[in-house]
Amino acid sequence: MNFARKVQILLWKEVKSELRAKEMISAMLVFSLLVVAVFGFALPSDRELVKQVFPGILWVTLTFAGILGLNRSFVSEKQNDCIYGLMLCPMDRAAIYCAKTIMNLLLMLIVELITIPLFFVMFNLTAPPNLSLFLLVLAVGTFGFMSVGTFLSALAANTRSSEVLLPILMIPMIVPILISAVQADKIILAGGGFLELKIFFNLLIVFAVVFTVVPLLLFDYLLEV
Amino acid sequence: MIAAEGLTKQIGSKKILKGIDLEIASGEFVTCFGPNGAGKSTTLKILALLSKPSSGKLFIDGKDVNEHGQDLRSKVGVISHNTFLYANLTAKENLQFYGKMYEVPKLESRIDEILEQVGLAYAAADITGTFSRGMQQRLAIARSLVHNPPILLMDEPYTGLDEMAKGILSSVLESLSDNKHTVFLITHDFDQGLEQSDQTVILVEGRIVHRCNPRDITREEFRQLYLKCVEEAQ
Amino acid sequence: MKQIQGKKGQVGALAWLTFAAITIALFLVFIYAPLEATMREVQKIFYFHVASAWLGMLAFFVVFVCSILYLIKRETKWDIYAYTSAEIGVIFTSIVLVTGPIWARPIWNTWWTWDIRLTTTLIMWFLYLAYGRIRASLGEEGKRAVYGAVFGIIAFIDVPIVFFSIRVWQDYQKTGLHPIVINSQGTGLAPDMKPAFFFSLFAFTILYAYLMQRSVKIETMKAEIKAIKDNVLG
Repeated sequence: MNFARKVQILLWKEVKSELRAKEMISAMLVFSLLVVAVFGFALPSDRELVKQVFPGILWVTLTFAGILGLNRSFVSEKQNDCIYGLMLCPMDRAAIYCAKTIMNLLLMLIVELITIPLFFVMFNLTAPPNLSLFLLVLAVGTFGFMSVGTFLSALAANTRSSEVLLPILMIPMIVPILISAVQADKIILAGGGFLELKIFFNLLIVFAVVFTVVPLLLFDYLLEV
Repeated sequence: MIAAEGLTKQIGSKKILKGIDLEIASGEFVTCFGPNGAGKSTTLKILALLSKPSSGKLFIDGKDVNEHGQDLRSKVGVISHNTFLYANLTAKENLQFYGKMYEVPKLESRIDEILEQVGLAYAAADITGTFSRGMQQRLAIARSLVHNPPILLMDEPYTGLDEMAKGILSSVLESLSDNKHTVFLITHDFDQGLEQSDQTVILVEGRIVHRCNPRDITREEFRQLYLKCVEEAQ
Repeated sequence: MKQIQGKKGQVGALAWLTFAAITIALFLVFIYAPLEATMREVQKIFYFHVASAWLGMLAFFVVFVCSILYLIKRETKWDIYAYTSAEIGVIFTSIVLVTGPIWARPIWNTWWTWDIRLTTTLIMWFLYLAYGRIRASLGEEGKRAVYGAVFGIIAFIDVPIVFFSIRVWQDYQKTGLHPIVINSQGTGLAPDMKPAFFFSLFAFTILYAYLMQRSVKIETMKAEIKAIKDNVLG
């Protein structure tokens, strides 16, 4: 049985488990909606001002919602020592990392698709002129975020005070995503096209690639018993 | 079936295993006794291919685990005091998951069969998180056997079990001492541990200090022998 | 009983060399190098600021290399080199972050600028702290070394990407307050300042080597004592 099939089975398990408890997604959704509301109070109502800071707020919200979700990602494997059950299965253990990353990515994308339109509505902004470009930047940025985030959450899950540790590990690591995605979004909201933001987009791609390959190589070390 | 030579395990500066040599023939039932901290669980984890020894060799079915690690995992089933079960999934879903991961043929009928054997057929569609400890351990037994492994490793499986679960575990073990399964059992319970045992080893402070066939001596003699071994090592 | 004492002669040599190098550096910086036209005395911080930044990056690179070596060879010494280098690195990176504003304030009338070098140093500082927190939250020695090494590798790989992100961002915004010290046309330093500048870099490198040597010796002794305790007391 090949690697892809094992990832598929693992993913099936993740989805079934999450559908039943809805632990991760409810936490992430509620948190994002709360943040939208809080920023609604906190920010000035001048549309032009808000437009300037909007990409920053967006990505900060996504960062914290993402970290909230990631925190729970490997905790479920610590219960009942399920991680040992997985390690006993005949497969390349990197499949565990792949399945978890895909799952976290799916959850994050769902949260984004719900909360981002609400963000736009809340701040009276019109949809970005180049919507598909906006979504593309969102997808690539989220992917990089989740691939390094899943890896770091596996690392943090095995330590004391894992929930406090994860943000400390993640935030410095994802600075390139934050910088690139926020700049790209600023350009998009100002009506710019792909060529203008190409350099930032490339950075997002580089980050996504590097931080999928390196975790794949290092993941086995995190599982050592 | 299992041949371990000179296994050592060092974590940081602590030497947990100091040289374990163990040979378990196919179909043999081996019980391992020892005080807490002796290294029994560590040995089991190495035999289960969960853990890599710091040095030494391990052969399963004649193959070196360093080369064939991934494939050999399907030959091993493990029961521990933790169940390795997903609390959000039903009993059936847990077995479906593991069954698919182990590529078990005719999975549905195998699941029905094994649930029947551990007396949980009635709870197949119930969420595992709602099970009692006894039910969970019975499901864990089903999980470890769903792929019909020729080797079964058990780390103190009787811990915290109610009478019914103990009974089921004992009958499962009995059916496994049929010379078709190779069993390695860690336990503190002399009665249950010696019942089907062909070879008994006593592990103290990272070394096997005694090996014998429990059918050659009485339970009481063995108990005395065990206490002596533990005392001598300290 | 193993002789734990170091070879006094060798420790002495590096200590003397460090003392000499730092003294010469101080002389070059404060006496030999001329006062800069606009910034005058404050500018002298620059020599130590840049040298500290250099040391911070060198130390991080050493963490990276030793982490890789630890994962491959699993010898405790590589772990010791890695975390001692991290400790030294975080101290000197902190010096950079403190001297930067001290220098910036009188010159540019602002405590902090989001310029590329300072910001990258800030992120590197956070990564150092994260490394320390991982080690602090792991009680088990084995895991502590492995997880530290894993993060040491992935964090170091992040640094160049962070640097490029900020550069791209700065280029896009077309700001650049940080004086470019070494560009394609040369160092932009007056000829009389060059000895102080380059010698400070050299002196700090020697200082790093000396601090590493002392700390590694202490940490190695600590590890040996712990190993003896663990294995004797069990």
